Amino acid sequence: MYRMNRRQLLGSSAVALLLMAPAAHAAIVRGGLPWKPGSADPPTPVMPGGWHYFTPQEAATVEAFVDRLIPPDPETPGGKETGCAVFIDRQLAGPYGRNESLYMMGPFQQGTKQQGPQSSLTAAQHYRKALAALDDACRNKYGGKGFADLSDDQKDEVIAGLENGSLKLDGFDGQSFFTLILTDTRNGFLADPIYGGNKDMAAWKMIGFPGTHYDYRDWIDRHNERVTLPTVGIASHPSWSQ
Amino acid sequence: MARRLPRKDAVIIGLGWTGSILAHTLCDAGLDVVAIERGPWRDTATDFPISYAQDELRYRLQHELFLRPAQMSVTFRNNANQTALPVRNWGAFMLGNGVGGGGVHWNAETFRFLPTDFIARSHLTQRYGEKFLPEDMTIQDWGVTYDNLEPHYDQFEHLCGTSGTAGNLQGKIQDGGNPFEGARSRPYPTPAQKQGYGHTLFAEAAKQLGYKPYPQPSGNLSQSYTNPLGVTLGQCTFCGFCEWFGCANYSKATPQTTILPVLLRNPNFEARTECEVMRINLDNTGKRATGVTYVNSSGEEFEQPADLVLLCAFQLFNVQLLLLSGIGTPYDPQTGKGQIGRNFTHQTISTAVGFFDKDKYNFNPFIASGSIGFCIDEFNGDNFDHSQLGFVGGGYIGQVRTNGRPLESMAVPPGTPAWGAKWKEALRDNYLSSVICGAACHASFYSYRDVYLDLDPTYKDRFGRPLMRITIDLHENEIKMSAFLTDKYAEILQQMGAKQVVKQPRKGPYDVTDYQTSHLCGGAIMGENPGNSALNRYLQSWDVPNLFVQGATAFPQNAGYNPTGTVGALAFWSAKAIRTQYLKNPGPLVHA
Repeated sequence: MYRMNRRQLLGSSAVALLLMAPAAHAAIVRGGLPWKPGSADPPTPVMPGGWHYFTPQEAATVEAFVDRLIPPDPETPGGKETGCAVFIDRQLAGPYGRNESLYMMGPFQQGTKQQGPQSSLTAAQHYRKALAALDDACRNKYGGKGFADLSDDQKDEVIAGLENGSLKLDGFDGQSFFTLILTDTRNGFLADPIYGGNKDMAAWKMIGFPGTHYDYRDWIDRHNERVTLPTVGIASHPSWSQ
Repeated sequence: MARRLPRKDAVIIGLGWTGSILAHTLCDAGLDVVAIERGPWRDTATDFPISYAQDELRYRLQHELFLRPAQMSVTFRNNANQTALPVRNWGAFMLGNGVGGGGVHWNAETFRFLPTDFIARSHLTQRYGEKFLPEDMTIQDWGVTYDNLEPHYDQFEHLCGTSGTAGNLQGKIQDGGNPFEGARSRPYPTPAQKQGYGHTLFAEAAKQLGYKPYPQPSGNLSQSYTNPLGVTLGQCTFCGFCEWFGCANYSKATPQTTILPVLLRNPNFEARTECEVMRINLDNTGKRATGVTYVNSSGEEFEQPADLVLLCAFQLFNVQLLLLSGIGTPYDPQTGKGQIGRNFTHQTISTAVGFFDKDKYNFNPFIASGSIGFCIDEFNGDNFDHSQLGFVGGGYIGQVRTNGRPLESMAVPPGTPAWGAKWKEALRDNYLSSVICGAACHASFYSYRDVYLDLDPTYKDRFGRPLMRITIDLHENEIKMSAFLTDKYAEILQQMGAKQVVKQPRKGPYDVTDYQTSHLCGGAIMGENPGNSALNRYLQSWDVPNLFVQGATAFPQNAGYNPTGTVGALAFWSAKAIRTQYLKNPGPLVHA
């Protein structure tokens, strides 16, 4: 039988990759496995500083909001310090904020809960409208103060009102915004720090997730032991930040 | 105007598992074969390299390796009285895209169906009587038996290098394996994988309760393995980023790691990527396919003539292309007539979450492979007496937790607020010491008259073609079954020592936002005659004999296991029939 391993195969194969038309991705593949150097698509690390989507006022509201959803405690910083607002800002400035991969053709109509969200708004538009409506609702209720200027107890009261539907936003569904910002905040807190949240892998250290190690063969048999490996991310290692 | 290309012996639509298997067999037989693939080329070193493959946000939440709803979606409703609305973001299922198809991102659970699964209707009516089945349940026999498929299950497992412990070797029951499985002609190609703490504790508890746990058969390999084509896979390293992710380690059985390296070197083969088939063309008799028309990513249209057409796309899109091409008769749920769109099914999954004392239990859930864990089969298929239970069907029950990825591992005890200091504390205190396993009860989904596929009257894809419309709901049979299985799983969690067990049985209505595996089945099923099926036992269209339709599209109903093992076995079975029978004498392989 004809046998060869993968390395020999890759090394010896002729590669024919012909574009069928300029600027198209469509390709004819034959004669071997196509591969060319430099064609991978690694993630672009988020750089802190400034806001890419939020206005300064929106950013202040979101930073205050995420810090109540995930408040700091003596051991682990909260949503603001771990970068959840930065994470959301960069997400909204990118494909996620534009609903780029979603089915966005009409007609748009509300269905049953089981049919899922049917909004024609993108995530970025959703935040813009909801944050403005949220500040309006706070000013009405708390003597002219926007969300970011409220006391912690008042902020919690507002968030609980959005969650249970008792706080109405003008022309807007507060509960769906609560679900959106809660989901995005949790994702920012717990996703790889390369996306701007989970600063210093604080959330991973808090729960005991050692990160993106590739090889646990030495640990598979060590049942009920706390893993002592250093926490690592796609572009994060404790020694790199020292 | 479509540009007409030179004729090929065979055109394959979709280059996933079945497309690769069929292409390899036919190229080997000397045919000139072209595969047309909607998505891009996918390669380990380029698309999921070890440096950033483990990105939960990008691949799991934002579906980067998947078909995007913007490219193609479906519409959904629970019943024919509702207006179907588009699935704007994936929820209940997520579909592959690109070379390798779902074979790139799967967990690689590599099961065989039970012998009685293939004769579901005749077996159940013989054992319990005709009246035992609900009146609107439309399950039927497959037209193919376990014994027919056994050599081809074996072929697929040896292509993949599947790791497992045999439970039935040539009729002799083996210790440590699944005693309910059909007889296998030889052992798995590689031994079962090692297991983590939670998995092992589950097996011990199951044994204490009198069950016979077996390691889940795994396409994440326990050791390196060279398959019969000469391609070598590496040992799985338990990285915990398997399902939804490409394997950077060449240790998950995928078309890329088992068959494509050989297929691509065959001079008879060519793949065209990022080219989407619009329709299968028929001659003026409507009984013969003349090839396909496709559009490339620049929007240029081509006609590819071919003598043989192999429809190897995902289940939903096989059915969609049949309907768009006018092949077969669309199913009418009022009359029960017509075969295309009939007997659409999914998978009934459920679970229970176990919370354990954090000072005594540390499960390290992130140390896992895609098909790790132990299962029991006492409540699968018809392995147990249903006569007093009021339902038919069943599933395997297992602690088969595949990961501790943080965004998917946020279970906190009931009563915990959704945010604030208490939520944060509960997350911290339960991550390492809870057992979360979404598909712990992985059960059958039987077919019904009012669960079907057709073309949506309103919503279109980016080419202006109608989307597939899914009409689906859970029926009482599956809801009762799910409650029964979830109770059994919860008992085992209690036995493991959980301080709190929260049951989550599957309930209606079917919710398209709630993930329930991507095991969609049926819609152009195989069977014994054209009156009850779209395809014959070799997956050949009854209507257009030079068209073969591969994949779970052919399942008359879904069994209690993950489907890929059976999809692979059917592909080898069909490929053999094409090679040894059809090519010698092109025409119907079964005369109606």
